[in-house]
Amino acid sequence: MSVEANLDLGDVDEHELPAGSPHLVADLRDKLMATGRSWGVRVFAVLIGLGLWYWAARVHLDFYIRFDNVPSPVIVGEAFWRHLHETKFYIHILVSMRRILFGYILAAVVGIFLGLIMGRSRFARDFLTPYIELLRPIPAVAWIPLAILMWPTEESSIIYITFLGALFPIVLNTIHGVEQTPEVLVRAAQSLGARRVQIFWHVVIPAALPSIAAGLAIGMGVSWFSLLAGEIISGQYGIGYFTWNAYSLIIYPDIVVGMLMIGLLGTFCTYGVRLLTYPLLAWQRRAR
Amino acid sequence: MVAQVVKLEKPAHSTLPSPAPRVPPQKGHVLINRVAVIFGRGAGAHAAVEETSLDIAPGEFVCLLGPSGCGKSTLLNCVAGYVAPTRGSVTVDDVPVTKPGPDRGMVFQQYSLFPWKTVLDNVAFGPRVAGRHDGEAIARTFLDMVGLSRFAKRYPGELSGGMQQRVGIARALANYPSVLLMDEPFGALDAQTRVMMQENLLRIWSEFGITVLFVTHDIDEALFLADRVLVMSASPGRVIADLAVPLARPRSPEIATEDAFIRLKRQCLERIRVESMRAFDQMNQ
Ligand SMILES: Nc1ncnc2c1ncn2[C@@H]1O[C@H](COP(=O)(O)OP(=O)(O)OP(=O)(O)O)[C@@H](O)[C@H]1O
Ligand SMILES: [Mg+2]
Repeated sequence: MSVEANLDLGDVDEHELPAGSPHLVADLRDKLMATGRSWGVRVFAVLIGLGLWYWAARVHLDFYIRFDNVPSPVIVGEAFWRHLHETKFYIHILVSMRRILFGYILAAVVGIFLGLIMGRSRFARDFLTPYIELLRPIPAVAWIPLAILMWPTEESSIIYITFLGALFPIVLNTIHGVEQTPEVLVRAAQSLGARRVQIFWHVVIPAALPSIAAGLAIGMGVSWFSLLAGEIISGQYGIGYFTWNAYSLIIYPDIVVGMLMIGLLGTFCTYGVRLLTYPLLAWQRRAR
Repeated sequence: MVAQVVKLEKPAHSTLPSPAPRVPPQKGHVLINRVAVIFGRGAGAHAAVEETSLDIAPGEFVCLLGPSGCGKSTLLNCVAGYVAPTRGSVTVDDVPVTKPGPDRGMVFQQYSLFPWKTVLDNVAFGPRVAGRHDGEAIARTFLDMVGLSRFAKRYPGELSGGMQQRVGIARALANYPSVLLMDEPFGALDAQTRVMMQENLLRIWSEFGITVLFVTHDIDEALFLADRVLVMSASPGRVIADLAVPLARPRSPEIATEDAFIRLKRQCLERIRVESMRAFDQMNQ
């Protein structure tokens, strides 16, 4: 074997490449079909649920759970349609969205910050863990009296409650992500001359990102969940207030409208969070 | 190609061509001075490396050979700065090792590229954290050297194991270290890829004249690569033999079938066998 041949071995054979590119069109078609099928199943599932609900309300189902006072989907649909033509309904939605936005963004910033320092510093971890563990199981509703006493305005106490809801999942997931940073990557960065801050920025945070993104998505769901509790305080606006008001006025269809609206908005916002974190995790999807 | 046997430590054979007519390396002098590493305390204390002293010359290619658990990685990590010796000290070019640093490039056994950075950004990482603005140009040079320029924009997860290790080597070299530390870097690769990687490494080494400390448990690999093989034995971990490998360079894989190679291999096996017998006898006394 000649020396030239040895040097050539340094180059890469094509077969070392991951397969894929020539079948791009076929791949895309398969992907679209899979997505279409998946959505078909989802719509079908919702239709089945609606059908069962309609049937149960229609026959006044009374088999352990009772449907005789539950409004049928048709009545709820009509109520929903009516509200869609009222400006006030949109104000309820916008006011709630604003509260979520403030509470959630605050929770994201504080939660990621606390999670990062708790994940990297033993002292911060020991110092903050009792607070996190003690406060975490307290449901949002239980906070209402204190929130009213502590915060200067109604608005700030509601935002505080949505903030708390989102905070814990974000903190815990961030800590988990930081802990999962492979030691060998930290060592590699050290031997390449990176300082502590650089290791934090280039290694620890990216390693924790998938977990942080999961925490952010969960946190969004929980903050909507807490909003309903928080808006008990509210005097006039918010989708949670709308639901409580319907409850006290015994307007059953509106209760369901409010509930569905919270579900829809929560899903929509969680999807938004996933969409925002999606580009940050591109490297993960490209791994084979 | 016919390999010639050259006694490197005795430059008496003036008739034979010297392997590479280059300036002898000035940097990369590793001195391991009575280093011992003990893990744990009290009753649980366990000597991973027994008092060991080594003097590795600039530009030398040294293999640490030994069975699993004999303390190869621990000794290497003392030079890298990840493990602080319990006793003794390590110096590189007369500077005591206290922590990891860019003067000692490290290539790990497991894949250790940053999966969120492209191949190019991985290689440019060292120069960039050092504040250099030509990180990308340096990275391209080194990617070229390991034959992976075309994969600059890929992510590590998209590459094969062998390719990832080559990027790892390029990344370690991009800091222009004086010592390259390699901990079973080809252990996870198939035999064919491994041979290719070994030749590649020797080529890079001869271009750079860098000191290499290479950990392996494969005798053939050690003899093919090294100027000098340090045989280690387990419990407690210590160097039991220091063998010169006076095989001519450049070397090609066929060298493994030559008499000189086989003689060295036999010598090596003999040392290992004698030592393990002795250890076995000691244990049974
Ligand atoms: N951080 C540590 N704490 C305690 N014991 C350790 C530690 N690191 C290594 N050891 C022990 O020291 C001994 C030598 O380990 P080392 O990793 O150096 O072996 P090795 O020769 O590299 O083995 P292998 O070929 O399997 O990588 C082993 O018995 C191991 O259990
Ligand atoms: Mg090891």
